[in-house]
Amino acid sequence: MITKYEDVIVKTMTRLLIPFIQIYGLYVIAHGHESPGGGFQGGVILGASFILLAVVYGMDEVKKRLPEKLMIAFVAIGVFIYAGTGALCLLFGGNFLDYSKLPFPVAIAERRALGILSVETGVGITVMAVMVAIMLALSSKSKRTRGEFK
Amino acid sequence: MISKNLPVLIVTVPLMTAFLVVILGLLKRKLCYPIAFLATLASFIFSAMLLEKVILHGTIHYYQGGWLPPWGIEYVVDHLNAAMLVLVSFVSLMSLWYSGPSAEKEIPKSKIPYFYSLYLLQITGLLGIVVTGDMFNLYVFLEITSLSGYALIAMGEKHAPMAAFNYVIMGTIGACFYLLSVGYLYIVTGSLNMADLARLLPHLYGSKVVLTAFVFFIVGISLKMALFPLHIWLPDAYTLAPSSVSTLVAPTMTKVGAYVLFRIIFSVFGPHFSLEVMPIAHNILGWLAAGAVLFGSIMALAQRDFKRMLTYILVAEVGYIVIGVAIANRMALTGAILHIINDAFMMSCLFLVAGAIVYKTGTRDIYQFRFLHKKMPLTMAVLIVGALSVIGVPPMCGFFSKWYLILGALAAHKWVFIAVILTSTLFNVAVFFRVIENAYLEPREPAYAHDGGQPEIVKFDEAPIGMLIPMFLVAIGIILIGVFSGHIIASIIKFAIPANI
Repeated sequence: MITKYEDVIVKTMTRLLIPFIQIYGLYVIAHGHESPGGGFQGGVILGASFILLAVVYGMDEVKKRLPEKLMIAFVAIGVFIYAGTGALCLLFGGNFLDYSKLPFPVAIAERRALGILSVETGVGITVMAVMVAIMLALSSKSKRTRGEFK
Repeated sequence: MISKNLPVLIVTVPLMTAFLVVILGLLKRKLCYPIAFLATLASFIFSAMLLEKVILHGTIHYYQGGWLPPWGIEYVVDHLNAAMLVLVSFVSLMSLWYSGPSAEKEIPKSKIPYFYSLYLLQITGLLGIVVTGDMFNLYVFLEITSLSGYALIAMGEKHAPMAAFNYVIMGTIGACFYLLSVGYLYIVTGSLNMADLARLLPHLYGSKVVLTAFVFFIVGISLKMALFPLHIWLPDAYTLAPSSVSTLVAPTMTKVGAYVLFRIIFSVFGPHFSLEVMPIAHNILGWLAAGAVLFGSIMALAQRDFKRMLTYILVAEVGYIVIGVAIANRMALTGAILHIINDAFMMSCLFLVAGAIVYKTGTRDIYQFRFLHKKMPLTMAVLIVGALSVIGVPPMCGFFSKWYLILGALAAHKWVFIAVILTSTLFNVAVFFRVIENAYLEPREPAYAHDGGQPEIVKFDEAPIGMLIPMFLVAIGIILIGVFSGHIIASIIKFAIPANI
């Protein structure tokens, strides 16, 4: 288990940096379909912000903000959003992942852009949660809780 | 809507359910098993509908996202695919059914949602490998299958994490070889679609890059399907895995690997490439397969552990299939495809039996099987069906595929392969007779002699009904496939073999 690191400079800098890292992560996700970046990269950046929090403020602080059960749910929900977007296209009469059939009141090209944005969002959520989950699993030392998120 | 989207629904339903199970598992753990069961049942029904459609109307193409190949990902279902889909989804359904009581005993309660999630991901991957018509998509599904497989195997008994780690190393090397092969093909052709590659490759048969891609592909997939001598990860991994996991991965993973071998050699590179441009490939495959059959049979004879014995038989069975691919005439390929189907059923049957014995007695040691015919008569009946089928006694299905393989070897004058198949059959008789002798016949020196000559009283104590029904369905399947093997060949396998062989 990673414990709190007592240093004013490190703690203050972390507190200052984390919001900007997370905004940047969201930016990378939101711009994924138009510029370099995307769900995976943005998710990694978001995950990194939580890992920074864990390194400096200790694992308990992360668990307070992102409970384990919620994190596990995020892992599943992200991929569920991805596959669900594809399945939604099936419901509206298209092929799997055929975003042009999604019922948005915009032009077909924009529908595709919105469809891929929803997929990227899902990917971002999953990647972020998986990064934090791996970090948690690797940093928990005790034999009894090995492999479980405790 | 369902009928149009069948190919993608087969994969999507278990995929989405895999994540649903995790979310619901956090709320109510009891829901995981029935939901996973329903998803697999849906997959099986969709596969059966697809097979019927393919038999009636021929090959089905499905374009992901509406993008046409070679740009988009295409799902192609022909006779071979459709039969494999039904096979894989049936075996998955049976093992999932069986996992209800079995996993409850072997898997820690807190891990049940993750267990079923991984289980469904494994099924998704296996079905995806079979349904896809895209080389890279196949790699993605191969990795989904392998990664979930590593995790599932590591959930097993004491030394399972070590076995899973060995499997991770070997499996990743195999995946790398496959990926490199796809990369090389992409360099020279610029395409990843299997049909498109089949159209482009004949102009490039002289290219050294294509040759390298072919060799890398064979090595990679041999690792994944555990072809001798690259099988070393298999016995440990499948022996130590939880029963309900080895019943899923042992029959399906190697068979799907054999399917990929068949598909890529004959549908992507084309029979002309491997048979005429580099016939040595078939020679090498043939000798390795013969080695697998002999080695697997001999090693099976050396085991005391029932499940480990089965894993070595599995190594031998992979050899049978590859012998068929290596001979590569019509008879032998019929035998190879039929053996893929048969062996999935036989291995499923035997691993289900092994799991039931472990469930009730807690031992896998063959010499502890004494009086099992009184304790678990129904399980033992299923064991006999599976054993006779592996040995090759008609009307069990194992006989017919061996028969076609031998006919194929005769037609090609490959006498060594006939000798190998017959020798291994003799070994199989010895291997299974040892089990049956211990389970059915009275011991020569009674174990009860020391406590006053009182016969040991063995009560009827059968496995739970949730484990017995899948076992019986698979055993009935073995007999039915044997009896109707002529129909299967005439309506499915005949169309699965390339026309110019």
